[in-house]
Amino acid sequence: MKKLFLLLFTMMKIGLFTFGGGYAMISLLENEFVSKRKWLDAEEFLDMVAIAESTPGPIAINGATYIGYRVARLPGAIFGTVGVVTPSFVIIYLISLFFRRFLSVAWVASAFRGIQVAVVFLIFAAALRLFKKLSKTPFTLTVFIAVTLAAVALSLFAIRFSSVWFVLIGAALGLFAYLFALLHHDKGDGEQKQAEDGGEGGAP
Amino acid sequence: MIYLRLFLTFLKIGAVAFGGGYAMIPLMRDECLANGWLSDAELLDFIAVSESTPGPVAVNMATFVGSSQAGILGALLATLGVILPAFIVTVLLVAALGKLLSYRGTRAILSGVRPAVVALILSAAAIMFLSLFVGIGKFGDAATFSLPSVLLFGFLVLVSWLYRRIRGKSISPIFLILLSGVAGVILFR
Repeated sequence: MKKLFLLLFTMMKIGLFTFGGGYAMISLLENEFVSKRKWLDAEEFLDMVAIAESTPGPIAINGATYIGYRVARLPGAIFGTVGVVTPSFVIIYLISLFFRRFLSVAWVASAFRGIQVAVVFLIFAAALRLFKKLSKTPFTLTVFIAVTLAAVALSLFAIRFSSVWFVLIGAALGLFAYLFALLHHDKGDGEQKQAEDGGEGGAP
Repeated sequence: MIYLRLFLTFLKIGAVAFGGGYAMIPLMRDECLANGWLSDAELLDFIAVSESTPGPVAVNMATFVGSSQAGILGALLATLGVILPAFIVTVLLVAALGKLLSYRGTRAILSGVRPAVVALILSAAAIMFLSLFVGIGKFGDAATFSLPSVLLFGFLVLVSWLYRRIRGKSISPIFLILLSGVAGVILFR
């Protein structure tokens, strides 16, 4: 029980001091649970990062759930995850209460028109950073170019098509390419290796 | 019912968002526009606040959208929805299926998902740039340049490029947000 609350408070502390999302949080988690408390060894921690990167959802949530489970099974996973989201939940909820009124102040509205430019720039920058990390094979580049063109074109022609489908189509293509390579065994070996090396997803 | 809709929408977003915070933005944008919850400009405001406060951007966005649509209960349900898939998948993986990740099939799937996700982030940025700063929301719209916005964008590109050249690391997003806020007060008065 004591361990559960220690886990809860440690995760709350991490949740409170992480700015800028998943990867910033990974270094805090490492420091707290591997270096300081030794609840996990370095290898397990790397497994956690691999899982966090290859499963859906925010990396911080994957991380907190994984470490919590390792420390105290299901109750640990719940306490860890609740701990990591509670501080930001409270902060954002409080901000959301007065945000619209705040925006109705003239100079604040002007400031946010500028800030919108910065956010579009940040999204561009994130896309470029992730593109650099992507392992570039003919297959991944084709998917990348096709999805970019299709998504922009559909939006310009006002055709509603949820991004969810693009992700699922990407998954299906990845699987098809792999099965195709398996069928053409000798030719497929190279492609298979590249698929395994697969780049990292992830945000700052 | 708005509560159920918030929960299910964010559950869907949480279940297909691979690769962390920014990967969730295109999905979040689609769903929020389709449900009429937010405009592009409001979405960017929310992202700015989510980025400048602690915690994962995706979770902050869910809380923000939920609260703006349906108060504290909406915030709770949207947040729960967005974290539940990650929670369940992670517990299943550590508890029983730890080896799943090393299966070639899983890696093959991810090799198709990753380029799609990066492409979606890039196109979300391009679409928002076109609609907010150039005035082209759909094909055939006449361009109405917002010159201050485009200039500010160029300025940010320059500042972050210079920072990287001089300091050898990326500039802090929070600093860019603050800088643009100041610029906005001057440019859009």
